[in-house]
Amino acid sequence: MPFLQLKNVNKGFGPRDKRTNVLRDINLEIAQGEFVAIVGYSGAGKTTLISLIAGLLQADSGTVKLKDVPITEPGPDRGVVFQNYSLLPWLTVFENIYLAVDQIFPNWVKEKKRAHTEKYIAMVNLTPARDKKPGELSGGMRQRVSVARALAAEPQILLLDEPLGALDALTRATLQDEIVRIWEQEKRTVVLITNDVDEGILLADRIIPLSAGPGATLGPSVAVDIPRPRDRKAINHDPRYKEIRRKVIGYLLGEGGKPKLVISRKLVLPDLIPEDLNVARPPMFARRAPKRRAEEKRETIELG
Amino acid sequence: MDWIKRFRIDTFVFPLIGIGLCVLIWYCISGREISSTVKDDFGDMVTVTKRVGLSEDLPTPAETWAASKPYVIKPFEKRGELDQGMLRFTWLSLKLVAQGYFIALLLGTPIGFCLGLSKTFTKIFDPIIQILRPVSPLAWLPLGMVLFLSAKFTVHIPFAENVTYTASELAAIFTIAICSMWPTVLNTAVGVRAIPQDYINVARVLKLSRSKTLFKVLVPATLPYMFTGFRLSLGIAWLVIVAAEMLTGRPGIGGFLWQQYNALSYAHIILCILTIGIIGYALDRLMSMVEARFKTI
Repeated sequence: MPFLQLKNVNKGFGPRDKRTNVLRDINLEIAQGEFVAIVGYSGAGKTTLISLIAGLLQADSGTVKLKDVPITEPGPDRGVVFQNYSLLPWLTVFENIYLAVDQIFPNWVKEKKRAHTEKYIAMVNLTPARDKKPGELSGGMRQRVSVARALAAEPQILLLDEPLGALDALTRATLQDEIVRIWEQEKRTVVLITNDVDEGILLADRIIPLSAGPGATLGPSVAVDIPRPRDRKAINHDPRYKEIRRKVIGYLLGEGGKPKLVISRKLVLPDLIPEDLNVARPPMFARRAPKRRAEEKRETIELG
Repeated sequence: MDWIKRFRIDTFVFPLIGIGLCVLIWYCISGREISSTVKDDFGDMVTVTKRVGLSEDLPTPAETWAASKPYVIKPFEKRGELDQGMLRFTWLSLKLVAQGYFIALLLGTPIGFCLGLSKTFTKIFDPIIQILRPVSPLAWLPLGMVLFLSAKFTVHIPFAENVTYTASELAAIFTIAICSMWPTVLNTAVGVRAIPQDYINVARVLKLSRSKTLFKVLVPATLPYMFTGFRLSLGIAWLVIVAAEMLTGRPGIGGFLWQQYNALSYAHIILCILTIGIIGYALDRLMSMVEARFKTI
C-alpha cells in the first residue's frame, strides 16, 4: 500500500460550460520516507497539484489518498510550504511557528510548546532572528521560517511548492543543502514542486516531469540513483546525472512539451506615403503631411 | 546648520505665510466703522457711525479678537448655559461626539466584517447601506428626535452621579452614530476582502478554529483598513456635531455658534469656526498617530 496515492485525478477551473482542464489523469504513488520532485513548466498546474494533496482543493474526479484515507480537507498531517512564504506579517518568527505548534499540540504544557518551537527555529538556523517580524527578514530567511513552521507541526508528509523559486542562486544553493539536511534528520516524506530540473535531481530520490498545460499530466518517473551525500559540484560530471537530466528534459521538450500553437490574425499595418519635401511649403493651414493608407495583411504564425 | 534653517522655514514660516494671506483677505473684505458728523432733521450736529466695506457686517480680525478674548482667555469659565469658555464648549461637544462615535465603531466594525466575509450578506444589505450612506445629518436628526421623543434614559454609574439622557441628546448621539458609521463599515469590508488568500490558506492548513481564525488572522490583516475607516469616521462625527447641536440647541460649540448668529454677534461665529477647525485637525492628527501605531502590514 503506497503512502500517498493519487489515482486518475482530474481537475479543472471555471464554470461548467467553459471549463479549462488543468490536470488530467494524474497517477502518482509515493512511498513513506521518499523524496519526490515534480518538475514542470510554470503555469502547468504544479500548485494545483500540491493544493489537491494539501486538501485546499478538491479533485473533480479520481481519488487522493494518504495512508488509504481520502483527503477531503486540509489538515496538519500535511505540512505545506507555500511559494510566497505565507507568514503572518504581524507576528514574529517565534509567534508564527508557535501559532502552528499551539494549534497542533494543544495538550502540551506551555514550556514544552515553547521548547518545541525553539528547536525548529534552531534547526533552520534562525535563533538570532527569533523576535523579528517577517518584514525585517530576507527572502531566504522567510522561506526558512516557513519550512520551520511546516516541520514544527510534525506532518507525515511535507509539501514544498516551489519553495526556492523567488530566491537568488546563492541563497538557493544554501537552502537546498539545508532541505536535504533536515530531510535526512527527520526522514519525512517530501513532495517538492519545482521548475528547476537540476534542483530536483540534486535533492530527490525520484523525479517526475509534469507536461505542459492545459490538461497537464505526469510523465514517466525517473529514479535518481546517485548516492547521497551528493556534491553540487561533482554531480555535474556524473554520467548518471546527465542521463537523468536528458530523460526529464527530453520528455518536457518532446512528448510533454507545449502543443504547437497556431495563431492567425488580420493585421492592419500603418502604410504611410511620406511627406513630399520637393513641393514648396504651402501657405498656412494647408497641409503637407505624410498621407496614410491602411493596408490589410493576414499572417499565420506557428509557435513551437 | 543649514538644515535647521530650512526646517524652520518649512514648518513654521510657510504655514504662517498662508495664514497671513488669509487674514489679509479677510481684513480687506470685512467692514469698518466710520464715524461722521452730520446735521440731523432738527439742525443739530450728531455723530453717526456706520459700517462700510465689501461685506459691511463681517467683523475685522481685530474686532473678532476683541470680542472673542473672554472666551479664549478664560476657556473653562461658565457664565451661563450658552455663555461658556471655548474649551468648555469643546468638552461638551467632544463628549457627545465620543458617545456617538463609539456606537458607530461598535456597530460598524462587525457589519463591515460580515459584508467582507459573506457574499449573501453583501447582497442583502449593500443596497440599504448605499441608500442610507449619502443621507445628510440634517435629515437624520429630525428622525432621531421622533424616535427618542418619549425616551429618557438614566444610566446608573457606580460611585458617581447618574447620567440622564434627554431626547435631544439621544437624537444627537443617534445622528452622529449613523452618519459616522459608513466609512468604518465600508473600509472594514474592503479590508476583509483584500486579505491575501495565503493567510486564509495558513489558517486552513493549521485548522484554526473560527474564533482563532478571526482574531489571529482576519482582524490583524484588516487592522490597517479598519483604522483608516475609524479616522474618516471621526472626521464625519465631528462634522455632524455642529449640525446636531444647531438643531437641538444644546450647549456646545455648534449650539453656541447658532445662538451667536441669532444674537447678531458675528465675531463669535468666526471664533467657533476656527475652534471647530482646529479641534477637527487635532483629532485627525491624533487618529493618524494611532493608525501608524497599529500598522500591522
